[in-house]
Amino acid sequence: MAKKDDFKVVQAGAVKSNSPTAVALRVGQYAVLVIACLLVFIPIMVILLGSLKTDDFFSNSGVFQFPDKLEFSNYATALSKGNIFTGLKNTAILIIVSCAGTIITGTMTAFVMQRFTSVLTKVVSNLFMIAMLLPNISMQVTVFGIINKMHLYNTMWAPIILWVGTDIISIRIFIQFLNQISVSLDESGIVDGASYPKIYFTIILPNLTPAIATVLIIKFVSIYNDFYTPQLYMTDDKLAVVSTALYRIMNETTIHWPVVFASIIICILPTLIIFLFLQRYIYSGLVSGAVKE
Amino acid sequence: MQEKRSFFEWLKTYDGQKFTTTILFLLIPLVLLVLFTFVPAFNMLIYSFQSRDLFKVKGWLGFDNYIRVFTDKEFLTTFKNSLYYLVGSFFQQGFALLVAAILCAEIRFKGFFKGVLFFPYLMNGVAVSIIFQRFFLKGNPPVSPEGTLNSIITAFGGESIKWLSDTERPWLVNICLVFVSIWRYIGFDIIMYMGAIQSISPDIYEAADLDGANPWQRFVYIIFPGIKPIISLQLILAVKGAISVFEIPYIITGGNFGTSTFVIKTIEMAFQKKKLGVASAMGIVLLIITIIVTVIQDYFFADKPVKKKKALPRASK
Repeated sequence: MAKKDDFKVVQAGAVKSNSPTAVALRVGQYAVLVIACLLVFIPIMVILLGSLKTDDFFSNSGVFQFPDKLEFSNYATALSKGNIFTGLKNTAILIIVSCAGTIITGTMTAFVMQRFTSVLTKVVSNLFMIAMLLPNISMQVTVFGIINKMHLYNTMWAPIILWVGTDIISIRIFIQFLNQISVSLDESGIVDGASYPKIYFTIILPNLTPAIATVLIIKFVSIYNDFYTPQLYMTDDKLAVVSTALYRIMNETTIHWPVVFASIIICILPTLIIFLFLQRYIYSGLVSGAVKE
Repeated sequence: MQEKRSFFEWLKTYDGQKFTTTILFLLIPLVLLVLFTFVPAFNMLIYSFQSRDLFKVKGWLGFDNYIRVFTDKEFLTTFKNSLYYLVGSFFQQGFALLVAAILCAEIRFKGFFKGVLFFPYLMNGVAVSIIFQRFFLKGNPPVSPEGTLNSIITAFGGESIKWLSDTERPWLVNICLVFVSIWRYIGFDIIMYMGAIQSISPDIYEAADLDGANPWQRFVYIIFPGIKPIISLQLILAVKGAISVFEIPYIITGGNFGTSTFVIKTIEMAFQKKKLGVASAMGIVLLIITIIVTVIQDYFFADKPVKKKKALPRASK
């Protein structure tokens, strides 16, 4: 149950580092962490193992049993037969377009709202605050009708427009960053005779790069993992994304589990790779995005 | 400077530019905001008093839809189910706090542990759901293999259990689903608590050490009070989270076996049963709950840390 902190003076403190209490404490700490990590690993490892078995071996062996020969063909089948490849492709398109849209509209909105104070920006700012209260999923009950009327149902524009248009968190992140960009930079632009749009493009936007990186990370994670929006608005198989492709495979009548498992691993891989490379930014990015709630 | 200028001349001044830039830059976001947030919200309010499907109004019902939501058994079950998630999130917060405190101590492989525990938060929800459907699966041994958990149980000589499909014991299914939910989301809480713990001034620890505080006292008297606001905030937000549960039960059990949640029911009413009136009433109920939670949150926790107030001038969300 013990909590120590990584502060060196602790060593000189009450608990001597090799007293029995301290040792028990240490063991307890590692035990908690190791058990927690096993709880994360075991369910995933079983899937990984299953993805390397033949259909036959899979149905006649225990989940922890290693196959004699690793069967990689499930991965090939998953990519060629199912919707997974289409899913990955469509997801990539959606992420690129939505991110571009969010960054353009988000930074512009943030620029106007943070730099200019007028009645209009105050009203808009309050509107955004009210909008943040609305529970997203149940709003789809009536959003669906509007998307339908605009003839966007079963097109990629439906999720794109929703992801771009209702993304207030990104705007907030941009505003937070803008607070730290000195107004004197804008003023130097004004002295040079630059117009406000020019100041936005040449001064503000380049200075917002770290914020843009943060927003990109949050957007990637949320779009890649969004299940309900594509499930509701893109029922066409050709428009499958990673989430809906997986969901549909699972609801097919004849299921080859090893292929499903291979599909799962394929879908987790991009996230894992990004996580391994951008770990530090992901921690800080997601936490700054979550101030929303 | 008071001489009369034409409107176009005014537009060229910086004040005029401010005006045009504001209009220009805010136009698209505002249209989207109104179209996909305020119009639907307004529609939802109107629909909630009607009997209607996607396109046609069949009549006005007054508050009947709302009365149904709070009296019909099928809806009351969903409220009861949110209690599982609410209780679950208390355990989640407790465990996250414990792990965060451990990870803030001098621990080897800190980055590894942190990474492993956080990663599920980034995983695709459908993938997580399928993984756990297999984890809790009740197999039929000669024909199909047991799931992971039952394999472990039977290896130790136990009986395999219908974790996810026991209609006799809906609490068991719900607890399994709550477990999945904790598994998926706890990493985020751990990271947040770690941030909060690390932001406590080292001077305080130093003073405590001079006074001879043990680790438990350090937790009770320094860490806990230091991060109490964030813990209370998390617990308040848990109410909102518990009523909004959707993805995991929707994918794993489809809301069957007594695991339906308020949002699953809303979606089912709207898109399968085409009863948009009731669905809208549910949407409004959820909205009101969200607003109450937010008001409480703002009232008690509004910008407690002074630093935050500076950084976010209009942040009361």
